[in-house]
Amino acid sequence: MSTQGIITGIVANLVLIQVDGPVAQNEICNIDLEGTKLKAEIIKINGDIAYVQVFENTAGLKVGHTASFTGHMLEVTLGPGMLSKRYDGLQNDLELIEGLFLERGSSSPALDENAVWHFHPLAKIGDTVGAADWLGEVKEGWINHKIMVPFKFPGQGTIVSTAAEGEYKARDTMAVIKDSKGVTHNVSMIMTWPVKITPKFYADKPRPSKIFETGVRVIDTLNPMVEGGTGFIPGPFGCGKTVLQHALSKYADADLIIIVACGERANEVVEIFTEFPELDDPRTGRKLMERTIIICNTSNMPVASREASVYTGMTIAEYYRSMGLKVLLLADSTSRWAQALREMSNRMEELPGPDAFPMDLPAIIANFYSRAGYVHLNNGQSGSITFIGTVSPAGGNLKEPVTESTKKAARAFYALSQARADSKRYPAIDPIESYSKYLEYSEVIENMNTTIEAGWIDKVTALKDMLLRGKEVKDQINILGDDGVPVHYHDIFWKSELIDAIILQQDAFDKVDCSTPLSRQKYMAKLVLDICQAKFTFENFEEVTHYFKKMINNLKQMNYQEFDSSSFKKFRQKHDDVLSERKSAS
Amino acid sequence: MKTQAFQKIYTKIDNITKATCTITAEGIGNLEMAFVDNRPAQVVKIFGNKVTLQVFPGTENIATNSEVVFLGRGPTLKVGDELRGRFFDAYGNVIDGGPDIEGEEVEINGPTINPVRRKQPSELIATGIAGIDLNNTLVTGQKIPFFADPDQPFNQVMADVALRAKADLIVLGGMGMSNDDYLYYKAIFDNAGALDRIICFMNTTENPPVERLLIPDMSLTAAEHFAIKHNMKVLVLLTDMTLYADALSIVSNRMDQIPSKDSMPGSLYSDLAKIYEKAAQFPDGGSITIIAVTTLSGGDITHAIPDNTGYITEGQLYLRRDTDIGKVIIDPFRSLSRLKQLVIGKKTRADHPQVMNAAVRLYSDAANAKTKQENGFDLTEYDKRSLNFAKEYSEHLLAIDVNIDIDTMLQIAWQLFAKYFSKDEVGIKQEIVDQFWPQDEQWLDGQAELTKQNS
Ligand SMILES: Nc1ncnc2c1ncn2[C@@H]1O[C@H](COP(=O)(O)OP(=O)(O)OP(=O)(O)O)[C@@H](O)[C@H]1O
Ligand SMILES: [Mg+2]
Repeated sequence: MSTQGIITGIVANLVLIQVDGPVAQNEICNIDLEGTKLKAEIIKINGDIAYVQVFENTAGLKVGHTASFTGHMLEVTLGPGMLSKRYDGLQNDLELIEGLFLERGSSSPALDENAVWHFHPLAKIGDTVGAADWLGEVKEGWINHKIMVPFKFPGQGTIVSTAAEGEYKARDTMAVIKDSKGVTHNVSMIMTWPVKITPKFYADKPRPSKIFETGVRVIDTLNPMVEGGTGFIPGPFGCGKTVLQHALSKYADADLIIIVACGERANEVVEIFTEFPELDDPRTGRKLMERTIIICNTSNMPVASREASVYTGMTIAEYYRSMGLKVLLLADSTSRWAQALREMSNRMEELPGPDAFPMDLPAIIANFYSRAGYVHLNNGQSGSITFIGTVSPAGGNLKEPVTESTKKAARAFYALSQARADSKRYPAIDPIESYSKYLEYSEVIENMNTTIEAGWIDKVTALKDMLLRGKEVKDQINILGDDGVPVHYHDIFWKSELIDAIILQQDAFDKVDCSTPLSRQKYMAKLVLDICQAKFTFENFEEVTHYFKKMINNLKQMNYQEFDSSSFKKFRQKHDDVLSERKSAS
Repeated sequence: MKTQAFQKIYTKIDNITKATCTITAEGIGNLEMAFVDNRPAQVVKIFGNKVTLQVFPGTENIATNSEVVFLGRGPTLKVGDELRGRFFDAYGNVIDGGPDIEGEEVEINGPTINPVRRKQPSELIATGIAGIDLNNTLVTGQKIPFFADPDQPFNQVMADVALRAKADLIVLGGMGMSNDDYLYYKAIFDNAGALDRIICFMNTTENPPVERLLIPDMSLTAAEHFAIKHNMKVLVLLTDMTLYADALSIVSNRMDQIPSKDSMPGSLYSDLAKIYEKAAQFPDGGSITIIAVTTLSGGDITHAIPDNTGYITEGQLYLRRDTDIGKVIIDPFRSLSRLKQLVIGKKTRADHPQVMNAAVRLYSDAANAKTKQENGFDLTEYDKRSLNFAKEYSEHLLAIDVNIDIDTMLQIAWQLFAKYFSKDEVGIKQEIVDQFWPQDEQWLDGQAELTKQNS
């Protein structure tokens, strides 16, 4: 008989329950509100009183109502059939919840247990296996979905039997494994795992080294992401965090994309729901939706499950990483998750930290980011989770607890600037403030030498230097006036404007410009850098302005054309003509 | 208020504060409504048999032996077709002297729409105001506030937008509205012959501030009835959400909650989101669009109220007085409609997105030139052209008194480009420039259009 409890207090979604037996921190219980089941999680225990946060609205709940405890933490169900699903923060399949509204207490299974999968065994009788080792595989869409030894399997065991190749339902026994104590376990295609515990069933986690192509020029060319890397995008409202994440989810070079819409707008997820089933994925020739899983806990959905949603997303990512896949996990916005923590901590009357956030916020954030990464699996294969979160700083001020804590945890920083967004220079990533620590990794530099070209890092540095010098001379021009500085200051300024216009700015809504493959980025970067290093002859600053505007306009047109198409070449030709007008013979 | 058989009645109050009172009672539900000495109240906290109620109008003169009656349910609104054309207070009681509403009683603050059942908004709302239609196009199912200082004419603009928007129904939720403004709205809707398309829930400055907290939910419950049952396009106007948030902070302060930024409750984001996210495009054609007003103090948008709002809504509209033309304009820099890309260039002419961006970019060149000028530097020939462009752009397109259709707006923009700039300078895709750059005779037509508008 599981532990039972009786409600003794209610403030908003914090509920006090007197329990009649043992309970554990983070254990899940179900509260019975006159027949409606409200799920809740224990967040504090004091004597025989459990403090729980309820994942639903508590209107009408009364002292005296009962609760029954489940004996486990918040868990997700893992198995084939998650691709293309749209879950809420607690992994209910939203499609299966009937009606226009999410009525209180509604829930639905995460996986279709009756679906039939074609199983192909990979392990043999007698093999020694441990958690996350591969037993076989089924085709889930275009992914070879590995059926693994459950993450909860204790230690090492021996395979006693395995299912032969053929069609099976997800709950059928695919293998029988005897553990070291001699207990046999029937293993199906489905397992469960508590979301707040990190499953560490890989051999090791080396420093990431491979460039992760996103198609966004200002990221790939200037501050690259790596496979298994972590990054974050802070920015005031309306500066382009969500548009940028959507671009990443469409064009990034990953096997699987998991999008966690955490406490943001419903219409933004509806956009994904509407577009992704229509958009082609050039990598697979299928629709984008077929490599996507969405965890959708929008701002009007319960606050407590908002907190759970990021963990749900991460755990599903870890599951697929164990299959040797390259997973991209995106969360928009991690600030909403932090706010959910704050709301609860305030209600519990805990001693508040800065801006009333809980004291342990930095540790919680760091722990979460550390679950991403590139790993070597036990069988020698590799898999990765690249994680990029957005941060919504209060008042747009980056000196606030969530931004500061995240800055310590994430290795790439893509700061969106209000000034750039105001002047419609999208994506508004500030080229001077932003950084990617990965540019300092010798492994990454080495990888760029082979995958992009030898000495690539020097080009990146040159572009960055030019941008910085452009900013410096701009400050001078602002103080001294156009006439008050030497003409070559204008030359420098406009060269940086050229980098800005041609490499940094990218139109997310144009069908060509929206994504730029690395090979094309390399081409444009070299073209732009050549101009930056060229010497021009100008009599006065108005000539400089006029000339560069013309050049920028022309190169911009190139960005809008299919790479190497005839119109692209036409603009390239025009560019060469423009260049020869002014370029001094060197 | 008549008491009924199932209602629980108590006559002993244990504890009274400025806004709350606590009694000993059993079997009471969280968030249940009650009357304390005939004043509406709601359960906000229960510990054992101690039940704390928030008394909406305040607790002045409430005695330890005042009568407390529990209603056994949360706040409700009677919904039905008769709501049309009627005026109510924050509790949904009729205030226009007409008959009571006979309808189905539904709890306000209903459940969340399942996101997978929503449809993507795609229907443009034309307002005739180019600062909105051209630069910040609105779409049904959107939620967007005006960010404005209290002295700006946001009520006029909102009334214009509401009346031109071709909505099937307009729900006005007034929070802390001055009685004068209330009468203004009433008159303007009346003059437009639109009273039968209006439903109004009103909390004026004469009513207790905490009552405001019910206004958005009341308004949206009514809106949902018409949008879902009758597939109507409903426009909900909420003004002033800053005063709503102020009421939240009063309550949380009285409940001894730890305030976060700007003494607002830590839950401000979720509280506001719950309201704004009721905006939706429903699968059967109905929609709820929310246009709100968030007043700023001294233009400060980093304050917690506008800041949290901006993170929730789908853009925002700023009003600004342009001293060069002596008119109020929709500021093109900070204003934004996030849903515009769903309709511009799709429901409107293909050149719309590029024209819009180019004009704003050129306008920002003018802003730079202006700074230069103010700092005493010489202007270049380009600077001068951009300044002249900006003035005309502001006059013919940004000013809030503009009322033209979108094709005309685009036409005017092209005229201004051609008048002040070369094709190279506008930075628009070549094929679009080739197609739309004004030829001689169009040029003359356009000039005529501009002159007509000026006179
Ligand atoms: N790359 C881009 N190209 C063109 N327009 C863009 C781009 N990025 C952003 N925008 C414009 O900015 C608007 C706001 O962007 P977005 O919704 O991504 O902001 P956000 O930072 O996520 O804001 P919030 O914090 O409020 O969610 C978009 O609706 C779009 O109009
Ligand atoms: Mg966003």
